[in-house]
Amino acid sequence: MQQFLQQMVNGLSLGSIYALIALGYTMVYGIIRLINFAHGDIYMLGAFAGFFAISAFHLSFIPSLIISMAICALAGMLIKRVAYKPLRTAPRISMLITAIGVSLFLENGGLMVFSPSIRTFPTVFPVKTFSFFGGLVKLTVKDIVVLTVMIVMLILLQYLVYRTKIGKAMRAVSFDKDAASLMGVDVDTTISYTFAIGSALAAVAGVLVGIYYNSVWPLMGIMPGLKAFIAAVLGGIGIIPGAVLGGLLIGVTETLVAGYGNSLYRDGVAFAILIIVLLLRPSGLLGKNQREKV
Amino acid sequence: MRILKGSKLTMKFGGLKAVNSVDFHLDNGEILSLIGPNGAGKTTLFNLLTGIYTPTEGNIYMDEKDITGSKPYSIASMGITRTFQNIRLFSDMSVEDNIMMGLHSRIGAPFLGSIIPTPSSIKANRFAKERLDWVLNYLGLYSLRKEKAKNLPYGLQRRLEIGRAIAPEPEVLLLDEPAAGMNPQETNELMGLIHDLRNKGITILLIEHDMKLVMGISDRVMVLNYGEKIADGKPEEVKQNPEVIKAYLG
Ligand SMILES: Nc1ncnc2c1ncn2[C@@H]1O[C@H](COP(=O)(O)OP(=O)(O)OP(=O)(O)O)[C@@H](O)[C@H]1O
Ligand SMILES: [Mg+2]
Repeated sequence: MQQFLQQMVNGLSLGSIYALIALGYTMVYGIIRLINFAHGDIYMLGAFAGFFAISAFHLSFIPSLIISMAICALAGMLIKRVAYKPLRTAPRISMLITAIGVSLFLENGGLMVFSPSIRTFPTVFPVKTFSFFGGLVKLTVKDIVVLTVMIVMLILLQYLVYRTKIGKAMRAVSFDKDAASLMGVDVDTTISYTFAIGSALAAVAGVLVGIYYNSVWPLMGIMPGLKAFIAAVLGGIGIIPGAVLGGLLIGVTETLVAGYGNSLYRDGVAFAILIIVLLLRPSGLLGKNQREKV
Repeated sequence: MRILKGSKLTMKFGGLKAVNSVDFHLDNGEILSLIGPNGAGKTTLFNLLTGIYTPTEGNIYMDEKDITGSKPYSIASMGITRTFQNIRLFSDMSVEDNIMMGLHSRIGAPFLGSIIPTPSSIKANRFAKERLDWVLNYLGLYSLRKEKAKNLPYGLQRRLEIGRAIAPEPEVLLLDEPAAGMNPQETNELMGLIHDLRNKGITILLIEHDMKLVMGISDRVMVLNYGEKIADGKPEEVKQNPEVIKAYLG
């Protein structure tokens, strides 16, 4: 029991990170129907931004997090402007291929600029453990930080998307671009904001991973990016709560598999879940099975 | 006074000229009806006027200013709003939020002001709230304001779409077959509403299939057939026009 609860905690921490990345996938997909394969690499960029802010500029956690979010938000908007916007009217496959190109560019650019070595993230939080429920669950400071930051981000995102004008514009554009633009919504700017917000969330995930697992390197975005993509599809791509659910689910399952079964199967499990869920519910856990097009 | 003008407007889709060299004008304060058989190019003309399409040839002027090629969102902010032939509400949003979306063209969504209150966003929000309440009351939708748009009965969805379009106090309102699918009583109410909007100073361009229906309400009628303008004038004149009779019968 104790071990199970402990695995759950670890799984939720890992899942939070997947969820944060998955949100960007799902938001961008929701608004321009693009699987932004470069998204995992934005997360890598965020981790490096955090790494340099902390290790080279000796900033504390929150300022580093904010700087990393800002850098990734700008990077996301820049990628959208340079790589995707010119393809607005091209067939969708062109954009998808471009996304893979951007991803390779960022990975190899990362290898060149940051060098292929793995860097050790400085220790930001004291290594300390708190016991809860009479020792049944032990949380490290890192666990608490990861979970708290994720919850704060979810609350902010919820507020942004459902309560603010920008968020409503985003939802309107994702539902019907032409109608939204006729309401006076600047579709292009709204898409840029979506990229900015998704990328900033990936930055948060990057910094958290740096802190949680203590290492960053230029190809660190590939696997988590893929799993976050799976998480987004699993929850129902384009659906914000779906991304969170999918992320947590994959994080928890992976950790349980690694803890009780064979850690070699860990990576395969995410894919297996995806296949099973898609066979049973093609539009994801929270997806409506047939969305009526108006 | 001309409020909106199109000269030699042409829209080609491949080889098809959906709108073919149409001269069009809309005078301040009038109700102009645009009629014509299926596929005549009526909706395409709306899409040109609202910036969804850029005309293949020709120009569009608002208050004498050339607005050809302007983006839909800037045309909306110039005071031209519309409804759609097939209702295009944001169906997962509430009635209230749909009307608020319509107000975008007036108050925008500046990044900062959208997230935290700034003096200008506070002012904008107060204005938006006033307009929202006015529209809800005017159209009798107040008690349904929290309801999702998709849960409204069809006739009320049409009404809400008009509400969304009039919320920003447009100068020109474009209505694409607003009576489609309505029963006679709803249609009557709608005609009353259109009249009232015109009396409030909104210039109206109305697409309607049904000749009889537009005759009573329009100051002027313009007829399209296969993308070309075949008549333009007082309802009684247009009704007598042999070409129009032919287009409708043949
Ligand atoms: N985006 C498009 N691509 C290709 N053809 C189009 C497009 N939009 C309209 N058309 C064609 O242009 C012609 C005019 O269509 P339009 O929708 O403007 O007609 P309409 O007068 O509104 O007809 P209805 O009364 O049926 O609504 C039709 O032949 C239509 O098939
Ligand atoms: Mg039409």
